[in-house]
Amino acid sequence: MATKKKKKTDWSKEVFKVLKKADIRQIAYVPDAGHTSLIKMAVADNAIKPVSLTSEQEGIAVLSGAWLGGEAGALLMQSSGVGNVINMLGMANECRFPLLMLVTMRGEWGEFNPWQVPMGQATETVLDAAGVIIHRADDPAEIAETVEAAAKIAFDSGRMVAVLIGQRVVGFKDWTK
Amino acid sequence: MASRRKITLDRRKVVEKILKDRGDILLVTGLGAPTWDAAAVGDHPNNFYLWGGMGGAVLTGLGLALAQPKRRVLVITGDGEMLMGVGGLATVAVQKPSNLAICIMDNQRYGETGMQETHTEHGVDLAAMAAGAGFQKYSTVYNNRELAEAIPVLYSEQGPVFVDVKVTDAPQPMTLPPRDGPMLKHRFRENLLGHV
Repeated sequence: MATKKKKKTDWSKEVFKVLKKADIRQIAYVPDAGHTSLIKMAVADNAIKPVSLTSEQEGIAVLSGAWLGGEAGALLMQSSGVGNVINMLGMANECRFPLLMLVTMRGEWGEFNPWQVPMGQATETVLDAAGVIIHRADDPAEIAETVEAAAKIAFDSGRMVAVLIGQRVVGFKDWTK
Repeated sequence: MASRRKITLDRRKVVEKILKDRGDILLVTGLGAPTWDAAAVGDHPNNFYLWGGMGGAVLTGLGLALAQPKRRVLVITGDGEMLMGVGGLATVAVQKPSNLAICIMDNQRYGETGMQETHTEHGVDLAAMAAGAGFQKYSTVYNNRELAEAIPVLYSEQGPVFVDVKVTDAPQPMTLPPRDGPMLKHRFRENLLGHV
């Protein structure tokens, strides 16, 4: 378990470096265990405004406003949150707001909570239907480069992109704690 | 529960009064009538109109206010739109953006869909909800005297501030601003940042 925990921290650190390099200034989030380290780093960074949300859909609007004001942002959430953002994605889509979402997956790899399965299994399909570009990362070693590529297409090409971080990455044993 | 007072204010006149001396404020409007109200006063590059994204007006204002802390950001939206994103009041209150003002055109109706009653018709008090979220400055406006007091609050009191203006449900002519999303976004950014 010690090795697993270290690995978890490591990919978060690498991803945070990528977010800093992309000049991310607002990090909006509804927490997930898989995002714990990233959220801590965002809160500790003076150049980043962490925005805790009551619902993930708020994040789409917050980051649209941030872009209007000249700041890039990212939205962190769990796959269940994808169900909450669908209509609001229409705003980002229609206005071609850049949108970078980091989604930690539930309901797919050794899930113990059956209520997580429906949304987890539907996540890719509904994001695709809403016009979001999907990048998946199931190996911790490839998460940072995947986020980097996603940030480029989001901010340089003005698109909505979701990086789906597989439940396998964090390890299903963690969920039962 | 909000007290039952007579509602007499005309939304177009209210928005006209609010925007008459707008200075350099950045304006975000919620979908439907608030967007038409702002357009009726006059299109402006510092206006960003939502034509959709119901529940997102206040949060769009929040992201903008955080990105532009030296500029005053005003959100004008409707009671139905505010209710759909009412959790956003808590998110805003926690962020405490000192430059964000929220103004609700509260006609107690879903105006674009057949004038069905919203919860505010049944006593739900949006200003009290803002207070409960943690807003230090909040009020409900019923007449021109209260409006005259509220307008300087929207422009210069330390934010976040919340003003719920009770307006009649009298029909208004539709005045449509530009609706193309990328155009509105680029125009707003170019005027504010000097680049798209």
